[in-house]
Amino acid sequence: MRLFPIRGGIHPDYRKELASEQAIVSLPMPATLYIPLQQHIGAPAEAQVAAGDLVKKGQLIARSQGAVSAPQHAPTSGRISAVTLVPAPHPSGLAQLTIILEADGRDEWGELPEAIADPFAAPAQAIKDRVAASGIVGMGGAAFPSAVKLNLGIQLKLDILLINGAECEPYLTCDDRVMREHAAEVIDGARIMAHALGAPRVVVAIEDNKRQALAAMNKAAAEYPNVAVIAVPVQYPMGSERHLTQAITGLETPAKKLTADLGVVVHNVATARAVHAAVRFGRPLLSRVLTVSGGAVRNPKNIEVPIGTKVAELVAFCGGFKSEPSRLVNGGPMMGQPLPSLDVPVVKGTSGILALTPAEVNDAQAGPCIRCGTCVTICPCGLSPVEMAAFIRKDKLDVAARLGVQDCVSCGSCSWICPSHIPLVHYFNYAKGMLMEQNREERKIERTKTLAEAHAIRLEQAALAKKAAMDAKLAAAKDKANAVAEEQAGA
Amino acid sequence: MKPGMNPAVAPVAAPHATTANSVGRVMATVMTALLPATLCGFWLFGWPAIYLWIVTVGAAMLGEILCLRLGGRAARPALSDGSAILTGWLLALSLPPWAPWWIGVFGGLFATVMGKQVFGGLGQNLFNPAMAARVALLISFPVQMTAWVAPLPINAAAAPGIIEGLRITLGALSPALDNISSASLLGHVKTELSRGIDLLHLLTAGHAAADSLSGARAGSLGETAAWLIAAGGVLMLFLRIITWQIPIAMLAAVALPAALLHLVDPGRYLDAGSHLLSGGVMLGAFFIATDYVTSPNTPRGQLVFGAGCGLLTYVIRTWSGYPEGVAFAVLLMNSLTPIIDSSFRPRVYGRDRKGVALEPIK
Repeated sequence: MRLFPIRGGIHPDYRKELASEQAIVSLPMPATLYIPLQQHIGAPAEAQVAAGDLVKKGQLIARSQGAVSAPQHAPTSGRISAVTLVPAPHPSGLAQLTIILEADGRDEWGELPEAIADPFAAPAQAIKDRVAASGIVGMGGAAFPSAVKLNLGIQLKLDILLINGAECEPYLTCDDRVMREHAAEVIDGARIMAHALGAPRVVVAIEDNKRQALAAMNKAAAEYPNVAVIAVPVQYPMGSERHLTQAITGLETPAKKLTADLGVVVHNVATARAVHAAVRFGRPLLSRVLTVSGGAVRNPKNIEVPIGTKVAELVAFCGGFKSEPSRLVNGGPMMGQPLPSLDVPVVKGTSGILALTPAEVNDAQAGPCIRCGTCVTICPCGLSPVEMAAFIRKDKLDVAARLGVQDCVSCGSCSWICPSHIPLVHYFNYAKGMLMEQNREERKIERTKTLAEAHAIRLEQAALAKKAAMDAKLAAAKDKANAVAEEQAGA
Repeated sequence: MKPGMNPAVAPVAAPHATTANSVGRVMATVMTALLPATLCGFWLFGWPAIYLWIVTVGAAMLGEILCLRLGGRAARPALSDGSAILTGWLLALSLPPWAPWWIGVFGGLFATVMGKQVFGGLGQNLFNPAMAARVALLISFPVQMTAWVAPLPINAAAAPGIIEGLRITLGALSPALDNISSASLLGHVKTELSRGIDLLHLLTAGHAAADSLSGARAGSLGETAAWLIAAGGVLMLFLRIITWQIPIAMLAAVALPAALLHLVDPGRYLDAGSHLLSGGVMLGAFFIATDYVTSPNTPRGQLVFGAGCGLLTYVIRTWSGYPEGVAFAVLLMNSLTPIIDSSFRPRVYGRDRKGVALEPIK
């Protein structure tokens, strides 16, 4: 299959060898799990349990709310000790509503929905309903409810379900291991999703530095003529869905559109595996594979972790730190969020926990820009980071918007490559946030204005109506008076 | 200190890793690439050239320190990036090798004070500081700035020694210039043409290629060994310090009109080879015009910029009163850099060149 080039990109130090040869191990069930009600993009789930309730493994404990949401299930059997505020795995460290589950150690399954025996004969809606009910979200990190994405096939004619196995973030090896060890499950899940989407073809794209994953996936896909496994060049950010789509189809996703508008829907490999478990066995999403790595971790590992496990337990499971980490990261080093502490739970979108040494982070004071233009050359989106940052520094967000800051995918390539170590993408994230806020404000003002105008018109109409009524009344009274007068005159 | 809570570092945000590259490393690489041509210049022009280089680089650093002190900023971090040294270095290479010390001091100070710090320091200047200083010197001191000497290798019997060389640089010893003064090829051509002697009767023309291999000819301190300059430039291309657009466009824009007009009238117009290998074209194409701060940062913009530098160099050399035009050409194009940058932005992903969202294919 022909591949197409993508613009720019970088080749960071991948350091995947730290964990890539570590087979997936299961974490022993922790004594306590902390399951946040919001682990996904969209509305938070609504707790269905209260303190003191006993739950079985796989039991629904929080219901999805609204069109874009996802439910939560109990990762093991035990007793709910509280539904309360717990620090979230977010840079702010702010607390959010979380279900605390004390495991009873029996790990007893509750009643699960029935397996769909032949998913390819089942109606698409049945698959989507199952995916929605199983609490599956995008496991590449964005955590967008998968069932919502499966609905794209309703309005758009789709050609390709693109399974993203690029794993272009340095350090992370969980997708690599899932593909090596559970290739058949991933392929099966992908085929089921393609059926639900109405997409005739499945393409699995894997970066060329994962030879064993490529071999395993090729083997698993061999018997399905509509499934292709493709090696894509090692080039960060190949895993960006817009760029991966371009590499496979040669088509650029128009600004403010989705890849689905080109007929391509992208899902992560771990998501495909979760769909397989949900459809074939009725199992909701209770755990995920993630990578614990970084130079400060004694024994980096790929671990199958129950959702809600505290990060500190993972670190302890990996032998703790061998040196003081200079930074803790939730996700990969390019786009991951800094972790405020180890005392936060793993959620469905957690693809990795990194503890990086000072040498790995290479913290350096930002210096003056020398206009070398490397950021312009390597920007995968064709933007001019140097120029946008200069305008954002002067708070000229409107100019930055005109230069396309909202088209930035925040891949961080510019910040990475900058010889002056200017945190460019940080400026863009700031600008995007501010612009979004402004937009929201403007829309609010616009709405208020429309409502106020409508109100004024209504008042005016009411006044007019009132006046008309008064006039009519007066006229009637006058008529009456005249009539009386005439009568009297006549009399 | 808690991990991830280090207040001493810039905002803690992704990415959590960076390139090992730094401004200091870039500058150091450029200096390494300049080294062969510089050492060749020292060899050819002897001790006075070495002293002039030291004085010029020292003055450039001094100017930087003075301004940083005046601005209440720490001098050490700014100085350690090597940009002031590189500015002084490039200026020294463009000076007549036996120029007196005060040429170097004036030039070095002018480069970093007026050429750079006045604009706000590294990255803020509109014009190439070394070329701004060179032009200021050329206009202010035309005699000293055009006093060329014939190369006299450092170990030659007649070459000035350590002490004698110092006295030449200090101006205490006026060398018997009559004996060793010479003209650069471009200057010679200009003079002879103005006397009505055509190029076909000049022996010097056409020898540039051979002379530029050894560098043994009259010219600026570091510009005579054109092939060594080009080799340094290729090294920078190879190490991806610079991209090919500016040097190739500039060389092509000098060579094409030169070749064309030489074909039309070889008696009036010097051949392309002589143009490329004489004066500051090589240094200009690889080391001066490619200055990050003062050149455009998109590939298409760089092509336009390089071509402009080359064309203007040729025009100034051929039709103006000056025999050499690289410095003027680069400065003129520097002033166009902002407008070139805003006219040749790359196309944003998912949008057309005007910034309008692409139409979905389906």
